[in-house]
Amino acid sequence: MSAEYVTGNEYGAHTSHGGSRLAARGVTVGYGSRAVIDGLDVAIPPGVITTIIGPNGCGKSTLLRTLTRLLKPAKGTVVLDGEDVARLKTRDVAKKLGLLPQAPVAPEGLTVSDLVARGRHPHQSWLRQWSSDDAGVVERALAMTGVSELADRPVDSLSGGQRQRVWISMTLAQGTDLLLLDEPTTYLDLAHAIDVLDLVDDLHESGCTVVMVLHDLNLATRYSDHLIVMREGSILAQGHPRDVITAGLLDEAFGLRATVIEDPVGDRPLIVPIGRTHVQAGQSEQPGQSEQFGHSEHSERSGTVPAEEYAN
Amino acid sequence: MGLGTLAVILVVVGAVSLTVGARALSPPEVWHALFGPPDSDQGLTEIRLIVQTARVPRTVLAVVAGIALGVGGALIQGYTRNPIADTGLLGVNAGASFAVVSVIALFGFANPFQYVWFAFLGAAVAGVVVFGLASIGRGAGNPLTLALAGQGITVFLAAMTTAVSLSDQKSLNALRFWNSGSVAGVGFGVIWPVTVFIAVGLVLAATVLPALNLLNLGDDVARGLGVNLALSRTVGIVAITLLAGSATAACGPIAFLGLMVAHVARYLTGPDYRWLVPYAGLLGAVVLLVCDIVGRLVVRPGELDAGVVVALLGAPFFAILVWRGKFRSA
Repeated sequence: MSAEYVTGNEYGAHTSHGGSRLAARGVTVGYGSRAVIDGLDVAIPPGVITTIIGPNGCGKSTLLRTLTRLLKPAKGTVVLDGEDVARLKTRDVAKKLGLLPQAPVAPEGLTVSDLVARGRHPHQSWLRQWSSDDAGVVERALAMTGVSELADRPVDSLSGGQRQRVWISMTLAQGTDLLLLDEPTTYLDLAHAIDVLDLVDDLHESGCTVVMVLHDLNLATRYSDHLIVMREGSILAQGHPRDVITAGLLDEAFGLRATVIEDPVGDRPLIVPIGRTHVQAGQSEQPGQSEQFGHSEHSERSGTVPAEEYAN
Repeated sequence: MGLGTLAVILVVVGAVSLTVGARALSPPEVWHALFGPPDSDQGLTEIRLIVQTARVPRTVLAVVAGIALGVGGALIQGYTRNPIADTGLLGVNAGASFAVVSVIALFGFANPFQYVWFAFLGAAVAGVVVFGLASIGRGAGNPLTLALAGQGITVFLAAMTTAVSLSDQKSLNALRFWNSGSVAGVGFGVIWPVTVFIAVGLVLAATVLPALNLLNLGDDVARGLGVNLALSRTVGIVAITLLAGSATAACGPIAFLGLMVAHVARYLTGPDYRWLVPYAGLLGAVVLLVCDIVGRLVVRPGELDAGVVVALLGAPFFAILVWRGKFRSA
């Protein structure tokens, strides 16, 4: 059912050209006078899952919010299907691009089916309020995210994982094949995070182009076809996880010491972080490791690390 | 409880309102006074006078103002996502009060017919200033900014009102009368124009209800679903100002009504504003009318203003809601 799910009329016309449908061209975005992103170019590859990763404050959420028109760039343009997003009506954008912000909150008492039904808003007007088409789309969105049996429950009575499925269901009911998700696994335990990301992969399999921001690097590596690695407002590297994820890049982007190994269950690399403690002797002397890490490793062993560093 | 049931209750309470007062009238007497042929009997003419110039206008005003305050209260709670927001939050009450004391002090107006338009103007200007303040700077359009701007303007205007009324005895007397919130003593010369403003406010309110449902999912979700935030906020604030400003101009500030009925409506309908708002409107009319009737009964042959009764009955009712945990967040 998933294949026909996105090919129906209500999901908008698929563009026939193979190029990117969503791109940022020379965008400068910031809050107040401080530019978080300065003159950045990026194109989202069609039909795959793209994940933006990077350290806290690197501008990854800012980039996602810019791509979804939630933030207006001071310079540059965001292009959706060849048109400048700033010149499109927000409702017309909503017919092409679905977005799920970070940790959304539903009003108390709102039922699952009512929330998902609100996803149909871009397709409704005062003259055309609710149709059987809408009902069908909502039903399929509920079914695809596995929340049909929760339809009459209040959203606030659900567990975190169920709730996130419901929100994704609402975004699906919007009927776009371009989905942008800002940290869809925030506040979820690992099992529920995997559950939600499997669902995201189902959506991708059914033909959606997905862009996410994720914090967890291993989940990002496992579930993405294209990674955009950001640091200090610019793109450090991008490409398939197999090509992008290396110990050197992790050090450069995050200042993280890690070993990158073959994933014993997946077909992508697996990142094994090396912390200061609980690490086997010899593991700390990785090739390509920078001088300062060797130094801090040494000072820890010799007991010169200030006590406060252990306090938390 | 359905909307139809509420409408029936409203009609019944409205009929009761025509019979109750310093002089109790029987339903046939009221009927005759309204629809009967003119007669020369002195007693009947007096009844006709009471019904047509006192009971009917105050009943109509209670219904119109009740709808306006109920709808306005539900809208302001929806727009600010704040369950204790009230129409007074936009500064309309304070603006109306300040305008009333000012024109009385300046021009010596003594009659409500003269200052009601200034009250409306004061409410509108205060609403525009608050909305303007909340729309500039970094927190533009943010519900918290709106609440803070409203609070600031309210405090400022209340201080100015106190200053003027303390320096002018006439203003102080008028303010005491005006400030308690009454639906009595206002003629159709005021009621009809006020009703037109309120009708415009209701139409505007109806157009923003779908967007309001989405705004309650958060600004980002609403924009993602294609809501034009600036447009729907502006239309909503204009509607609230028209509704609350008109009602306040005609009755004086009736605090608490919008806040209270919005909660009862939310309890009855759940969080869908397309249902919540009409419920709040009808509930507002019923509650204000009942409070006016109660006010006519408790201190006969004198009267307690409807605004005072709303507060007296509303406070315990509200306390019970709190105690039983029946509140839902906006």
